[in-house]
Amino acid sequence: MSDAVFEQVRERLAGVAGEATVAHGTLALEVEAARLVAVVRTLKDELGFDMFLDVTAVDWPDREPRFDVVWHFYSTRHFVRIRLKARVTLADPTVDTLVPFYGSARYMERECHEMYGIVFRGNDDLRPLLLYEGFEGHPLRKDYPKQKEQPLVPYRDAKP
Amino acid sequence: MSSPPHTTLPNPIRPAFDQGSVEGSVIVNIGPSHPATHGTIQIVAELSGERVLRTDVHCGYLHRGFEKECESHTWHNLIPYVDRLNYCSALINDFAYCEAVEKLMGIEITARCRYLRTLLAEYSRIADHLTCVAAALMELGAMTAFLYLVTIRDYIYEHLADLTGARVTYTYGRIGGLARDLPDGWLERLGEILDEMDTFTGRVHGLVDRNRIFIDRMRDVGVISSADAVNWGFTGPLLRSTGAPRDLRKDTPYLAYAELDFEVPVGIKGDNYDRYYVRMREIDESAHMIRQLVDMLPAGPICVDDRRCSFPDKQLVYTEIESLINHFKLVMDGPQVPPGEVYSAHEGANGELGFYLVSVGGGVPWKVHCRSPSFVHMGGAHRMLDGYQLADIVPTFGSINMIGGECDR
Repeated sequence: MSDAVFEQVRERLAGVAGEATVAHGTLALEVEAARLVAVVRTLKDELGFDMFLDVTAVDWPDREPRFDVVWHFYSTRHFVRIRLKARVTLADPTVDTLVPFYGSARYMERECHEMYGIVFRGNDDLRPLLLYEGFEGHPLRKDYPKQKEQPLVPYRDAKP
Repeated sequence: MSSPPHTTLPNPIRPAFDQGSVEGSVIVNIGPSHPATHGTIQIVAELSGERVLRTDVHCGYLHRGFEKECESHTWHNLIPYVDRLNYCSALINDFAYCEAVEKLMGIEITARCRYLRTLLAEYSRIADHLTCVAAALMELGAMTAFLYLVTIRDYIYEHLADLTGARVTYTYGRIGGLARDLPDGWLERLGEILDEMDTFTGRVHGLVDRNRIFIDRMRDVGVISSADAVNWGFTGPLLRSTGAPRDLRKDTPYLAYAELDFEVPVGIKGDNYDRYYVRMREIDESAHMIRQLVDMLPAGPICVDDRRCSFPDKQLVYTEIESLINHFKLVMDGPQVPPGEVYSAHEGANGELGFYLVSVGGGVPWKVHCRSPSFVHMGGAHRMLDGYQLADIVPTFGSINMIGGECDR
């Protein structure tokens, strides 16, 4: 069942998306950031991937381009998952937003933005969500020290 | 004794709006600490009279850097952390995480472990649904129904404590197996609790199902359609309450679900009443599954015999050098997980609970990402709040069952 769907996705997206591999039951596709919207439109409108599961990023500090942005989609018709992956640089960590296609992208892009500094072009609501207003830096980047503290409320002086 | 300075503290959030959109509307801030919401959530609402015009839902008050912390501990050491994502059904988190790591390592768990995990996942689902329904009913003033349901939940907690040593956060899953096998008499007590639960949930059905007050507060409140629910990424009981029979246990069977006989209960129109009823019916289905699993449970080991992840027998650690070194390496370096990435999802009590793991080889993960249902549901919660009464926020929010631990991570 899933193999047939994956084969269909491969055929339909040949030339638009890059290398496609199947691992652990998920089809993973490399896409260029510039072609993301075209790929997602095909996935949603023609191939039945109607649920946006997740977006996150992976930081590879020693690699150029440094970030992988990773999306997961699910088809509630075919019961298969697909993963898209695009590489973006530290200098220009921008990809297009998927909010026009999926409402759920709104919140998850906000989280990815604050944690990794990925900019979702077209998402007008990238306010901090899990962090707070005024938080500096992107904590899930590998160069953000784990022990660093940015208390919103200053510590009280413990001295008598 | 020095008192804190009475200066204005910076606002942690920037509301999406601070001006009313219509003449005479009022902007009200609800939470993050409010007696009528369980869970720290902040809702900025624009009201016209008592009607909610629009809402801006903020979470994050329980954020504790789960994903960052995961990157500096061994794969095994994360199990207590994933427990604490959803403290109502911690075992489901355990098993979902362990299965994701096992997929990366190419490990096939033993038959007994597979059935036991299925059984315990369903048992946890019962505890989670009992908590959700009980709390939602209590917020509407149904104290008796609340006490009936949490009585059973407490039996389950005590019973799981007999097995795992803890009431809420069990740390019972292991990569490649489980911490320990069932103690004597555990399955007999399980049968007793399920029988008692049937009695108590029956009483709750009798108390509230046709209760005028309950129906008025729940029916046609917080309505969401199937198409909207899918668009906003809803899964689990929220999606099923809209009439879409989508359940990962049926659609992409994992563990032992393919061998079980069970139904996927669905609602009619996706309102609060449907969400209540779907959860109550799922409790029945879970009990039905557990009764089948008790009969199917095979004998045999609960952990795979794989030195990459399973700890050697304690007796051997003390008597032979190979096992001692094996134990030492597993503790100090962690299980060696080959490079790769995996997204693995289980049907959690609230919906699709997915773990996206990236390994570069070695004992420590490169990245752990949790796709938590509560977080996604919060992203679409405004669709169920806008347009209803201010007082409806309480039952609607209760029926979403937001779990702060997994929402904010």
